[in-house]
Amino acid sequence: MKRFNFKNLLVIFILFFASISNSFSAGGGGELLKVDWSFKGITGKFDRASLQRGFQVYKEVCASCHSMQYLSYRNLGEPGGPEFSEQEVKAIAASIEIEDGPDEQGEMFTRPGRPADKFKNPYPNVKASIAANGGAYPPDMSVLVKARPGGSNYIYSVLMGYEDPPAGVTLDDGVYYNKYMIGNKIKMASPLSDDIVEYSDGTQATVDQMAKDVTTFLSWAAEPELEERHRTGVKVIIYLILLTTLVYLSMKKIWSRVDSEV
Amino acid sequence: MSDHEYTPKSKVGKWFNDRLPLLTLGSHLTDYPTPKNLNYWWTFGGILTFCLLTQIITGIVLAMHYVAHADLAFASVEHIMRDVNYGWLIRYIHSNGASMFFLAVYIHIFRSLFYGSYKSPREVIWIIGLLIYLLMMAAAFMGYVLPWGQMSFWGATVITNLFSAIPLVGESITTWLWGAYSVDNPTLNRFFSLHYLIPFLILGLVVLHIWALHVPGNNNPVGIEIKKPSKDTVPFHPYITIKDTFALLMFMIIFAGFVFFSPNVLGHSDNYIPANPLVTPAHIVPEWYLLPFYAILRSVPDKLGGVILMFGAIFILFVLPWLDTSKVRSAVFRPIYRQFYWILVLDVLMLGYMGAMPAEGIYLVLARVGTLYYFAHFIIVLPVVGLLEKTDPVPMSISEPVLTGGADPALARKDNEKI
Repeated sequence: MKRFNFKNLLVIFILFFASISNSFSAGGGGELLKVDWSFKGITGKFDRASLQRGFQVYKEVCASCHSMQYLSYRNLGEPGGPEFSEQEVKAIAASIEIEDGPDEQGEMFTRPGRPADKFKNPYPNVKASIAANGGAYPPDMSVLVKARPGGSNYIYSVLMGYEDPPAGVTLDDGVYYNKYMIGNKIKMASPLSDDIVEYSDGTQATVDQMAKDVTTFLSWAAEPELEERHRTGVKVIIYLILLTTLVYLSMKKIWSRVDSEV
Repeated sequence: MSDHEYTPKSKVGKWFNDRLPLLTLGSHLTDYPTPKNLNYWWTFGGILTFCLLTQIITGIVLAMHYVAHADLAFASVEHIMRDVNYGWLIRYIHSNGASMFFLAVYIHIFRSLFYGSYKSPREVIWIIGLLIYLLMMAAAFMGYVLPWGQMSFWGATVITNLFSAIPLVGESITTWLWGAYSVDNPTLNRFFSLHYLIPFLILGLVVLHIWALHVPGNNNPVGIEIKKPSKDTVPFHPYITIKDTFALLMFMIIFAGFVFFSPNVLGHSDNYIPANPLVTPAHIVPEWYLLPFYAILRSVPDKLGGVILMFGAIFILFVLPWLDTSKVRSAVFRPIYRQFYWILVLDVLMLGYMGAMPAEGIYLVLARVGTLYYFAHFIIVLPVVGLLEKTDPVPMSISEPVLTGGADPALARKDNEKI
C-alpha cells in the first residue's frame, strides 16, 4: 500500500501543528532573545540555586506590585522547586503579616504567616492594584510564563528589552519603550538595575543574571510539576516502547498462522 | 446480529444466553469474523474507544475537584494542577486527550472516505458516526470553556453569538443559551452540566455504531463484500485484538509525548489568563480541530451565510452516501477519485491553517478558495467522477485475486501489491 502511507500523514500532521503553534506565537514584538534554559528538553531540571536567587528577586522587586496568588509558602520547600529547608520556609512565611479571622469576637486580626498560607497579595483587590499602577494591572505571576507566547524567553526578553524609544515614537508619561513587549509599550518601568538585590550566595547581581534567575523562578511557579513530569514521562515512554515491542513480536507470531501480513 | 450464530458450550451458559444473549454479544469480541486484510487505518476504531474511555475516566476525577463558577473556575483548575495528587497528570491527559481524540477521529473519517466505508450497506454506521463527531465537537467546545480563561470566555462568546444570526428569533435564542445577557456564570454552569452529559450520549451512540457495524461486518481495503466466515476472514480475537493493541500502544507513545513533554503546545497561551469580559484578545481562535470550520465561517462576508455554510460543511457529510455515485468502494481501484481525495485532504488542512490566521488579505482569499473546493468536492466531483470514471478491475475475493475484468494473473498480482 504505497499511496496511503502512515509516515507521510504523520509528517503532514506535525507540520500542521507546527505551523499553527507558530502562528499563535506571532506577536507584535521583535524576535525574542533565546536562552538555553536548564529546564527545557525531556530531561530538563531547574537550577536550584537560580530558583532560590529568583525567589529573592521576586520577593524584593516584583512582589511589591505583582501577586502570585496560587502559590503557597510551603511550595518553596517542596521537591522540584527552590527546595528551601523547612526552617527557611517557616521563616519566609513568618516574615509576612497575614490577615486572618474573624475571631470569636468577630474581629479580623493579623498574625505571622504559616507555610500553608497562600502568597500574600500586595493589594487588597485588582482595582486597587490598577489604581496604584497608573491604570495598568500588574498581572498575577502564578501562571504568567504559560500565559505568554514564547513563555520563559518572552519574560526574559521583556526584562532585558527596555531601551530608549526610536526617533518618532513619543511616549506618554508613565509609559516605557520595550523592544519585546507586544505593541512595544509597557507601563512597568524597567524593574531591574545592577545590584538592586544583594545575592547571599555571592553571585554578581547583574541585570542579565537577575532576569535569568527570576524567569527561572517564574517558570517553576507556572509549572511546579515540571521535574516530576519529565521524570515520569521518560519512564512511561520507556515502558510503552518495551511493551509495544513485546506486543509487536506476539502479533507477528499470531499472524504467522494466516497467510496475511500485518 | 447477522451472519453468525453463537451457542454457548455449557448448559448454564446456554440457559442464560437464551434469556439474555449477553454471551452472543461477547462472541462479537472473540470469534466475530473480520476481514484478514484490514490495514492499520482500521485500528482507529479501537483507539477512539480508548480515547472516549480515557476522557470519561479522567473527566470524572477532574469533576470531583473542579468548581463551575465564574469566580472560582480558574482557581479550581490551578488547585487541580498544584494541590491535587497527580492533578497535573489527570488534567493534561484530559486536555491533550481531546486533541488526540480528534486526531484519531479525523484519521478514522478520512479512512472511511478513502475506502468508501460509508457506502451501501453501511450508511447507518456512517450517519451514527457523524452524530458522534457532532457531539464530540460540542463536548470539546464546552470543555474548553470550563477553565474560564480568556480563550474560554471569548470562544464561547463567538460561538454562541453565531445563533444570533438566525432571523427573528436569533437574539432570543442566544440569550436563552446564555441564561443571561452575555456569557456569564449561568453559561458556565450549563456548559459544565452538558459537558458531563455528552460523553455518555457518545458512549450510547458508540454502542449503536458498533452494533450497526456488526450487521454487514467491516469494510476492507479492497472494498468488496466477503463471505463470513471464510478464508478471507480471521476471528476478531486474537488477530484483531493484538493488532489493535499494538496500534493503540503506538498511539499512546505519541499521546504520552504530548502529555509529558509539551502539554500546552496544542492549547492557546491566552487561556492561562483569567476570563475578562472587558479585554478582547487580539485573535480569537478555536482549538486546532475546529479550525477548518472556523475558516469556512469567516470566509463568508455575511454572518448568517457563514453560519449556514459552516453547519452545511458538516451536514453535507450526512448525504455523502447518496452523493457518491460510484459502485466501487475502495479508492485503490478508483484512479480519478483517488486524486480528488488527496486534494480534499490538502484542502481541509489548508482551511485549518487559514482558520488560525487573521481573516484578511491572502488568507481570506485562500480560505474562500478552500471553502469553494470543499463543497464542490461533495456536490460536483463525487457524483460526476462516480459516473465517468473508468475504475480498475476489482478482485472477486481477498484470497483469490480473480478480477471481474478477466482473469489475467499478472494484473491480479499487480492489484494485490496495491492493497
